[in-house]
Amino acid sequence: MSRPEHFAPPEIFYNQDESVKYTTNSRIMEIQANMTNRALELLALPENKPCYILDIGCGSGLSGEVISEAGHEWVGVDISADMLNVARDREVDGDLFLWDMGHGMSFRPGTFDGAISISALQWLCNQDKTENIPQVRLKKFFQSLYNCLARGARAVFQFYPETPKQIELITTAAMRCGFAGGLVVDFPHSTKAKKFFLCLLAGSPQEYVQPRAVGEDYTGDEDTTHVAYSAGRDKAAGSAPSRLGKKKQKDSIKSKNWVIKKKERRRRQGLEVANDSKYTARKRRPKF
Amino acid sequence: MRILTHNMLMCNVKKCNMQGYPLKIVPSQVETVENEFNPEFIAHMIPKLDWNGVISAAADLNITNLPPTIPAGAASDETFLRSLHGLLLDITIVDGQLVCKNCGRSYKVSGGIPNMLLNEDEV
Repeated sequence: MSRPEHFAPPEIFYNQDESVKYTTNSRIMEIQANMTNRALELLALPENKPCYILDIGCGSGLSGEVISEAGHEWVGVDISADMLNVARDREVDGDLFLWDMGHGMSFRPGTFDGAISISALQWLCNQDKTENIPQVRLKKFFQSLYNCLARGARAVFQFYPETPKQIELITTAAMRCGFAGGLVVDFPHSTKAKKFFLCLLAGSPQEYVQPRAVGEDYTGDEDTTHVAYSAGRDKAAGSAPSRLGKKKQKDSIKSKNWVIKKKERRRRQGLEVANDSKYTARKRRPKF
Repeated sequence: MRILTHNMLMCNVKKCNMQGYPLKIVPSQVETVENEFNPEFIAHMIPKLDWNGVISAAADLNITNLPPTIPAGAASDETFLRSLHGLLLDITIVDGQLVCKNCGRSYKVSGGIPNMLLNEDEV
């Protein structure tokens, strides 16, 4: 697949058309929701405690909605004004900022209980202006992020590195700024389902335990013949692997349950919501 | 932008070096939207708040009935938490400016979204 980074800087690439397209495409919505869920899992927040999360590259708020559903408050920053306008029109719960992550995050020290970023970090490796030097921007970004995270808080970045060199560039920049952590690669043996998550801990390196990747052909005690790619997580809900254990299964996006839950949530917020009927979330036939 | 987030926000200009706090709010449109009250979250945020920042933000919005310090036992006082929720999470700055008291840089807020983009010489 082609890379959007090669076409234009993010603030120009994600123009009005692209932002609307991005947000109404149910495939992208589902992928984004899945990756956000996984990122939240890797964030290892204390259970049943509402937290204050920073979403870097929040875009139209697809990831933010998942954070809200998990019961947390969030602040989103993005460089594309059009994306943020879409987010505002969708009335997401978080606070939005037009912000360039390469300029650093100027929040007070210890503000956030965690930070996530979905498909944004690779943009920092692109030099689209002469004065934008990736190394400098990465350093500025990670330094300021380290400052605004609470001690012991984590930051999880899902990103699409182009080359192994890019991964090295990003991880060394993060480690130099005092983060402990490493790269978690889900489905490492699949070209399509492979997902890179950079997990960072703002605190002492001894506390960091590398999370286990999903879909890895681990050479544990049992099940050594296990096939690497289990085709679970990124397929529609219902075939999720047993790794999820007792956790509740998520409704797939735009399914009836999902729509009803979303309507309920918005009702609780006191927004105007259409009544439920037998037509709710029913698909329109092509002849309509 | 809500007051809670304003309480965390500093001026991003390099020469300010974390001195640009709190940003002065020059509001031209402020909205109040009721949100779900979550006492646990507010109690969790109290230790993170900078109370002088809260007072400064409230003064910019002509709210002056705040106590000079956080009252003792605030985390379990429901009426206090409720009023704090009303101030921090219900009030939204829709249009206006955020002005740094240190360097004088002003950030425009339009449609509820502050523009924090810097010029190259400010990074």
